[in-house]
Amino acid sequence: MNKGQEVEFVFDGKRVKGYEGEPIATALLASGVKVFRYTVKSGSPRGVFCAIGRCTDCVMTVDGMPNVRTCITPLRGGLIVQTQKGLGSWGDTR
Amino acid sequence: MRESLSKTGILTREDLGESPGVPSEERMAKGPVAYIECMEEIPCNPCEFVCPNGAISVGKEIIDLPVLDENKCDGCGLCIPVCPGLAIFIVDKSYSEEEALIGFPYELLPLPEVGMNVYGVDRKGKAICKARVVKVQNPKRFDRTPVVYMAIPKAFALDVRNLRFMEEEE
Amino acid sequence: MIETEFAVVGAGPAGLSAALEAGRAGVKTLVIDENQASGGQLFKQIHKFFGSKEHWAGTRGIEIGNRLLMESEKAGVKVMLDTVAWGIFDGGKVLALKQNEGIRRVHAQNILLATGASENALAFPGWTLPGVLGAGAAQTLVNLHRVLPGMKVLMVGSGNVGLIVSYQLLQAGAKIVAVVEALPKIGGYGVHASKIRRMGVPILVSHTVKEAAGDGKVERAIVTQIDEQWHPVPGTEREFEVDTICMAVGLHPLAELAWIAGCQFAYIAELGGHVPLHGKNMETTIPGLYVAGDAAGIGEATAAMEEGRLVGVDVARRLGRLSDREAEMLVSEIESRIESIRSGPFGDMLREVKKKLIERRG
Repeated sequence: MNKGQEVEFVFDGKRVKGYEGEPIATALLASGVKVFRYTVKSGSPRGVFCAIGRCTDCVMTVDGMPNVRTCITPLRGGLIVQTQKGLGSWGDTR
Repeated sequence: MRESLSKTGILTREDLGESPGVPSEERMAKGPVAYIECMEEIPCNPCEFVCPNGAISVGKEIIDLPVLDENKCDGCGLCIPVCPGLAIFIVDKSYSEEEALIGFPYELLPLPEVGMNVYGVDRKGKAICKARVVKVQNPKRFDRTPVVYMAIPKAFALDVRNLRFMEEEE
Repeated sequence: MIETEFAVVGAGPAGLSAALEAGRAGVKTLVIDENQASGGQLFKQIHKFFGSKEHWAGTRGIEIGNRLLMESEKAGVKVMLDTVAWGIFDGGKVLALKQNEGIRRVHAQNILLATGASENALAFPGWTLPGVLGAGAAQTLVNLHRVLPGMKVLMVGSGNVGLIVSYQLLQAGAKIVAVVEALPKIGGYGVHASKIRRMGVPILVSHTVKEAAGDGKVERAIVTQIDEQWHPVPGTEREFEVDTICMAVGLHPLAELAWIAGCQFAYIAELGGHVPLHGKNMETTIPGLYVAGDAAGIGEATAAMEEGRLVGVDVARRLGRLSDREAEMLVSEIESRIESIRSGPFGDMLREVKKKLIERRG
């Protein structure tokens, strides 16, 4: 596995470091983030479960787009990643 | 699978006494020799092929247990890194008056350093004696399975199969 | 519409081996895979494989993966990565693909579904808490992405996946507080169990996880002994302080495309669940549609490669690139290697079950 160069991205307003090309999820796990989203009905916290893009437990809002499977989406510098609440909403990059 | 192995994951001394891969006390007292703890029928035979002296035979039915010819074995230890089950060791009860030498596969980092004092650990993962690291082999042809040799009190030669660093016991 | 002679869904050991065999015989072959890299699960298997010399015994899975990739490239096998095969139409002759944001179609007389398997899950109170994940997921994170899911792990399941992943987590620096196994005996190889026992990991048979607890994430796991009726034995609860619970409770074939195409299935527990019926040549009940590898029943990577080869040979023979005689010789070599892989107490059961499956297909 070849890790690219170190890059910075934004997670819930905080600057986080990761490696270009690794899944967004692993950069988050490496910085101690466990909760990736909260479910629609009960607002329960969810994190990584299958790690291969099948279960959608790890989805977050990335650059305003909700339901992005972070375990298979490559990290690029400058991405804005947010903990998703429920179904999330488009264009939300606060 | 042996009763003990399937319930606890460990082979007992009784089990090993019946293993065709385990050398006699007599042979262990003469010098380094392979000690093969493989007692389950799994189709596998790299040990047979790697031995330069033909001391290990598995045969045509590759599920058969490896049989050690202790007289052909010179304890070179090439079989240790090649076993996918990490189930082969070297035992040398002639190392010194009080000590035996145990060679075992060790796939963790950091590797111990020669001269280091460590604990000798048994099959249950329990530290049972003090040990001194004598040799650490990690050549390319071992394909990332380093082999560690350590000197231990002779009485523990049939039990010690791993090490633990001393700070960890705190 | 992309036209080809042989389309393979899945660039893991089974798919690549099939493409290699067919490609070598001159069959126009296209391999499709949804991942960013070929190799399937092979690149996560950093341990040395068992088996005979011909099966690269003593070689690590990653090395086998690299060699397979090199040979595929040499044979001119084309692989379309980042492409999902989401549908199959026209009697199993047309695949619908999603590539980036576009849809494409592939038409082929012969299609192989080498789509692998998916991990099973175990539901218990607290199982959705962050920190509970599949053992395969943990293996992916650690071996592929070099990140630990946590530092203190409870492993549920003592099959080879549970034992091997426990070892790999230990190698990565995590602590395994225990491996719990619901059955009264260890499921995987004794040597894998011995390895982690001498590293200090307890293996508790007739035990299972009762509950995961914590504030927004896993902080504790409660484990209990169970009796022969799978009921918790009162008074045997133990609490472990953990931040991770891995579930190694089996795999099931990912054969959705075969289902959509109308293949006949059978439910065979020993093969992981619903499996498409297939013949000795790995052909399903739909002519020209094949399955191989885990999608045809959970097994070893080496067996997956051999099954893939059987498909490659059959397709080449069908298209006249191999004579019946040449094909027969290759098939008998491959079959004898599969026999030897599936021998011993572990393999016997698998062989018997596969035999029945083939008989059912008729």
